Amino acid sequence: MLKDFFGKKVKVINLGIASFADDLRQQGVETIHTDWRPPAGGNKKIQALLDKVANWQNKVQNKKGAR
Amino acid sequence: MVISHLIKKQTYFDSVTLMLIGSQVKKLPGIDSTVVGMCTDYNIDSLKRLDMYQSVFDGLTPNDLIICIRAADQKTAEAGIAEVEKRLASRKQPSGSAELPPTSQEEAARRLPEANMVLISVPGEYAAREAEQALNNGRHVMLFSDNVSIEEELKLKTLGGSKELLVMGPDCGTAIINGTPLAFANAVRKGDIGVVAASGTGLQEVTSTIHRLGCGITQAIGVGGRDLSEKIGGKMTLLATRALAEDPSTKVIVLLSKPPAESVLKTLYAELKGISKKIVIYFIGADPKAIEAQGFIAAHNLEDAAIKACDLSTGKQHNSEMSEEQIKEAAASCKMAGKHLRGLYSGGTLCDEAQRLLQPVIGEISSNTPVKGCKEMADVYKSTGHCIIDLGDDNFTRGKAHPMIDPTYRSERMIQEIADPEAGLILFDVVLGYGSHLDMAGEMVAAIEAGQKKSGRKLLLAACICGTHQDPQNYAQQQKILEDAGIKVFPTNVAMVKFAQHCLERNK
Repeated sequence: MLKDFFGKKVKVINLGIASFADDLRQQGVETIHTDWRPPAGGNKKIQALLDKVANWQNKVQNKKGAR
Repeated sequence: MVISHLIKKQTYFDSVTLMLIGSQVKKLPGIDSTVVGMCTDYNIDSLKRLDMYQSVFDGLTPNDLIICIRAADQKTAEAGIAEVEKRLASRKQPSGSAELPPTSQEEAARRLPEANMVLISVPGEYAAREAEQALNNGRHVMLFSDNVSIEEELKLKTLGGSKELLVMGPDCGTAIINGTPLAFANAVRKGDIGVVAASGTGLQEVTSTIHRLGCGITQAIGVGGRDLSEKIGGKMTLLATRALAEDPSTKVIVLLSKPPAESVLKTLYAELKGISKKIVIYFIGADPKAIEAQGFIAAHNLEDAAIKACDLSTGKQHNSEMSEEQIKEAAASCKMAGKHLRGLYSGGTLCDEAQRLLQPVIGEISSNTPVKGCKEMADVYKSTGHCIIDLGDDNFTRGKAHPMIDPTYRSERMIQEIADPEAGLILFDVVLGYGSHLDMAGEMVAAIEAGQKKSGRKLLLAACICGTHQDPQNYAQQQKILEDAGIKVFPTNVAMVKFAQHCLERNK
């Protein structure tokens, strides 16, 4: 439930603008900044194929979880 | 002029870092133009438009960095490239850790498995993919990125809603969750007011004012500007409002948004009527009477929303930080050198609010983001008549950092407006808080002094500061910098706009 999240410590994965992570760390917020880059070297065709594989893996994992 | 370039293959930096460094290096003597960016379609277009494209850029990918500089001579151009590299190298140092940073969300999650929030500001075309991954792994999302389609937004919010996870955005610049300011947000005291907003600077102005009035917040949840559209159906507004209704720490709820789509409004009102807590609503530009008729407390502007929320929180009456008499008195001795008003805003909602308040009083106003009754500017780069401009709008920010971070264009525009004999009064906002420039007041004063020196004109200037005394910029110091330069300073946009009304009436 969302209301159960209220009051908990926020811990952040930051993807993109590095200064957002700097600000959070300065406030003592546990943060991990990702040296993010476009997936598959920016190649959209390969990215789409990787997404299909990831979706398939998710489905398999969900089915396993449901058993 | 010569053009010099450097390609760094497989080297990625975020766009804000690159745009800021490009803009800082462009100020060095002898440098005419800089393009510092990843090899995206947009940056390729920019290089071509500036006549700086080189055939060696063919075949590069969005993972390759281009530094391209046009300067007076080869030595200056090369020195500029070296300066860019130096500044980039300092950004790449991982702070306080010898371990290399993770390069993907999966890897980051392995290192911080207890992470419960993913803050996403990657280019829009990749953002939904990252957000979906975060939600599938049970994490809340703040989606700062823009250029995410409404179809993707609907998919993400449906997924988030089914898991009771926040999807704040897309294009959400401000949130304060469990006391943590995310992206552009102010240091606001904890209290018992929960805010849900489809407006970034609106949320900053209301939460900062609540703080300055002595009250505080439980949560400030941004939902993205399209949340209450028919297509999205208010999914996050409803989820966030329900959660605040059930949250024992929240006593008062504030809702800020443009007027919702008619179908969404019915659902929203039905939901809100089931909540026993006090609710303050400010639907920007909507008739407050229609809200009151539904049994809710309607605010008339952002400052009023904060005051009403504080009244309900404490059971005591709060007043504007500056009374009508004080504002009138500030305007009493003011003389305008020209007849027209110019507004140079970095906050979109503040620009919108200024237009709405001033249009009924002064008549014709032009803007690049006109509200009902105002005119679209014929040329956004040239002001005529009364003009109120949102410099954070896409026209001005394509390929450039937002004016809350990078004052370069606003400074240039300030100089241009001061030189215009039609201009007599210039209004601007100084938005403090995390993410914002550390000395916007200093930057604006430098531009104003340069403009006055260049044109020999001294104009009437007024600024409003959106922020708190706990913000990293030092509120009192920013105020002093402005006041020492002869600028009239106001605690809210509403107070500044009222001052402008008095000045315009006096100088008719």
